[in-house]
Amino acid sequence: MSDTFEAVIGLEIHAQLLTATKIFCGCSTAFGAPPNAHACPVCVGLPGALPVLNRRAVDLAVTAALALGCEVQERSVFARKNYFYPDLPKGYQISQFELPLALGGGLQMPASVGGRFVKLTRIHMEEDAGKSLHEGFADSDRKTYLDYNRSGVPLVEIVSEPDMRSAEEAALFFETLRQILVWLGVNDGNMDEGSLRCDANVSVRRPGDPKLGTKTEVKNVNSFRYLEKAIEFEIGRHIDVLDHGGRIVQETRLFDAAQGKTYSMRSKEEAHDYRYFPEPDLPPLMVDAARRDRIKAALPELPEARRRRLIAEYGIPEYDAALLTQTRGVADYFEQTARSCGNAKAASNWVMGEVLRNMKERAVAIEAVPITPAALAGLITIVEQGTISSTVAKDVFARMYDTGRAAAEIVAADGLAQISDTSSLEPIVQRVLAAHPDVVAEIKAGKDRKFQFLVGQVMKETRGKGDPKLVTDLMRAALGT
Amino acid sequence: MTARQLTQQIRRGDTSAVAVCEAHLDRIKTLEPAVSAFNTVTAERALARARSLDALQQAGAPLGPLHGVPVALKDNMCTAGVPTTASSKILRGFVPPYNATVATRLEAAGAVIVGKTNLDEFAMGSSTENSALGPTRNPWDLDRTPGGSSGGSAAAVAAGMVPLALGSDTGGSIRQPAALCGIVGLKPTYGRVSRYGLMAFASSLDQIGPLTHTVEDAALMLAAIGGHDGHDATSSSEQLPDLLAALTGEVTGLRIGVPRAFLGDGVDPAILAAFNAALATLAARGATLVDIELPHAGYGIPVYYLIATAEASSNLARYDGVRYGHRTAIEKDDTLRTMYERSRDEGFGAEVKRRIMLGTYVLSAGYYDAYYLKAQQVRTLLRQDFERVFATVDVVATPTTPTPAFKLGEKTSDPIQMYLNDIFTVSANLTGLPAISVPCGFSAGRLPIGLQFTGRSFDEVTLLRVADAYQRDTAFHTESPTAAEALMNRPASQP
Repeated sequence: MSDTFEAVIGLEIHAQLLTATKIFCGCSTAFGAPPNAHACPVCVGLPGALPVLNRRAVDLAVTAALALGCEVQERSVFARKNYFYPDLPKGYQISQFELPLALGGGLQMPASVGGRFVKLTRIHMEEDAGKSLHEGFADSDRKTYLDYNRSGVPLVEIVSEPDMRSAEEAALFFETLRQILVWLGVNDGNMDEGSLRCDANVSVRRPGDPKLGTKTEVKNVNSFRYLEKAIEFEIGRHIDVLDHGGRIVQETRLFDAAQGKTYSMRSKEEAHDYRYFPEPDLPPLMVDAARRDRIKAALPELPEARRRRLIAEYGIPEYDAALLTQTRGVADYFEQTARSCGNAKAASNWVMGEVLRNMKERAVAIEAVPITPAALAGLITIVEQGTISSTVAKDVFARMYDTGRAAAEIVAADGLAQISDTSSLEPIVQRVLAAHPDVVAEIKAGKDRKFQFLVGQVMKETRGKGDPKLVTDLMRAALGT
Repeated sequence: MTARQLTQQIRRGDTSAVAVCEAHLDRIKTLEPAVSAFNTVTAERALARARSLDALQQAGAPLGPLHGVPVALKDNMCTAGVPTTASSKILRGFVPPYNATVATRLEAAGAVIVGKTNLDEFAMGSSTENSALGPTRNPWDLDRTPGGSSGGSAAAVAAGMVPLALGSDTGGSIRQPAALCGIVGLKPTYGRVSRYGLMAFASSLDQIGPLTHTVEDAALMLAAIGGHDGHDATSSSEQLPDLLAALTGEVTGLRIGVPRAFLGDGVDPAILAAFNAALATLAARGATLVDIELPHAGYGIPVYYLIATAEASSNLARYDGVRYGHRTAIEKDDTLRTMYERSRDEGFGAEVKRRIMLGTYVLSAGYYDAYYLKAQQVRTLLRQDFERVFATVDVVATPTTPTPAFKLGEKTSDPIQMYLNDIFTVSANLTGLPAISVPCGFSAGRLPIGLQFTGRSFDEVTLLRVADAYQRDTAFHTESPTAAEALMNRPASQP
């Protein structure tokens, strides 16, 4: 980027609220149902149908607003945003306009991206639209099909101030926001299914210029990496246009991930006049102090605070704490394991290692891991007691995962306990020495690095159960080195 | 015969639900060709339902307060499995998959729905002439309109085709046709009756209510349809009082406010004479007449036409040819925009288009503050006028309309003249207050005249008590409509 320009970035994030039913009717919000399986007179906009607000959606929106430090408004007003599109069944979207649910708030960004506090402008509630299916049908060259399953799915739109100065910062802001929303149980964070979407407003200006440059909006960027790339591209494009004496046109653009470029969708001249006005079918939304305080009191400890506490309370390294606070479930799992076994670092190693690896490989959430924290603590304890080696422990973990049995039970039933008596190990050591006279000769000639080979052979004979320390001692003694 | 009397006779076994249903269907058959009150008559369905009600009674099951009473619904209220068109070409053939709450509640009360009645397209009009299915005629004079937009329901009740019907009232659409047809029309307090399943015209003004011969029947019907509904967020959780018990005939000491200054220009002398006579009748019964002022009532019409059209422009956006209703024939190179434009152009009538355009303009960037917002501010002032007045009076009385029924085609070329017909009725919609029209006389040409009372918010009790007391002293509501009677008395041999 040319040093003579400064980038100015603001984000608008649409997050689906994790309710069982839609915002204005009783239809399910479950993803993946056959088209129009979740549709009723209200969410397909039949004549005479009326919206009734889902209280749970309000609670979740208020939860998000409070966690982000916003001021929740006692009275907010739904408004109609009028435009025609086939996926919009009523010809208007019920949203909030002049009087949104929450104002202010923000997120502290780390020093690595400038250490700014990125302010939020507002958070408002709205309904999602349906989906136009342009492909995949025999007559798709002539027809568009419509799926209203998403129509009426509850959303919050979170709007930031234009406080960010780099693509990296914007991507990290989005990532941090996602982590918090998922942490709160407000959103599932699933960008592929469209439950979290991001639009970026980008402009550039000369550093020190108090005026904002003309902005462009890049719509619907649905991964952190693409968001960073799209903004990076837009910044470069703006600078290039201005460097060549051109003028930025205010417009809406889309990001082509394959080409790594943005392209124009519509210009300001084609922009809609949405003719917003207060939704007469819904009374103003009142959130009184009691309800607000109740939700505030129920807020969980947020990721950043949790991270700091884990370091202080369990004495684990920062690196561990950051990894263990990726999700609330993992942090809970770690804490329960650490408390049960009394060895926080061992608990941390197991969770960061085997637990997260299995979750990733099997593509499951922590809640679906069949080994309970208490069971994992049991495994850690028998390793500490020397009943099994850490090598065997990994095998035991795998068997626990597959069978749901306790560690001690598996060790006993499958005969996996560590062999730590000299009388059992001595004959094996002798056998291995006898079988490898050449190696023995090499070691005696000073090539000590071959020593581990012989230890490994003993471990192999014991199928990993030999106490490695004892094996080493016996081997040293036998070789007289 | 009133609905109350009919259901009592059926309960006593003097007649049956089927016999009553058949008698009304016969009358519909005779009168409908001349009156055109109905868009759909559901004869088979109604008879089947009447048979099941008779069976219930035979079995000794508990019976509803409207047991066996035939009713008609304005054709902008959804009825599952029965076409509901709002008298618009854009909804020709539309069959809702669900029932409006009022339809469900009427049936739960034992009523038998015999059909859907004509209206001005999407309830936009004051004469029922803006119907894609043709106009309804006034049973008192077939060359005149029954008023509107609930003209079909009013004509059906006036002509005795049904004892009860439902209308919807956005700016007077129940009360004005009731007045012009010589029957009772009640617009309840906004939020008293669920709007779920009512095809919206202007959501903040629309309210469903009864059209009947007597105030007692109106009370009976409101009791059946009123009360909170979880499907309508604007429906009130205010408890519905015992409306029938409120009809005591007692008006002694009751204060009736009369906004004399508001009754000036443009009111037909016959209307004023009937109105004054009605006030004298009530005074004789013990009520006190109080002069009041409603300084902002004169702005009612412009305020109404700004707010109603703004909301309508948005409410009618869903009729886009995409999911249901009329879609234009698609040609090879048509764009989505062309599909929208032609479907709506072909589907909507002139008055509906006029209001959509007006409302779109009112909400447009740069005009919103000057029109929509200003109108909402005046609406608040009007509400305050009434609040002030209700500190000293119990009800407000005015004529319902400035003139009796006008001729078909008389006002169709001049929308402003047509709009002015709502001068006395729009205030109740803008303020949300309950209002009722009762017959109070006839013009020289024997056309009915209506008297309107407006009450306090959710105080239908006082409103109905006054109106009922007035009916105890008068017989205008018992008169039969001239033209309809002539048709009924015609020898059977005539075509």
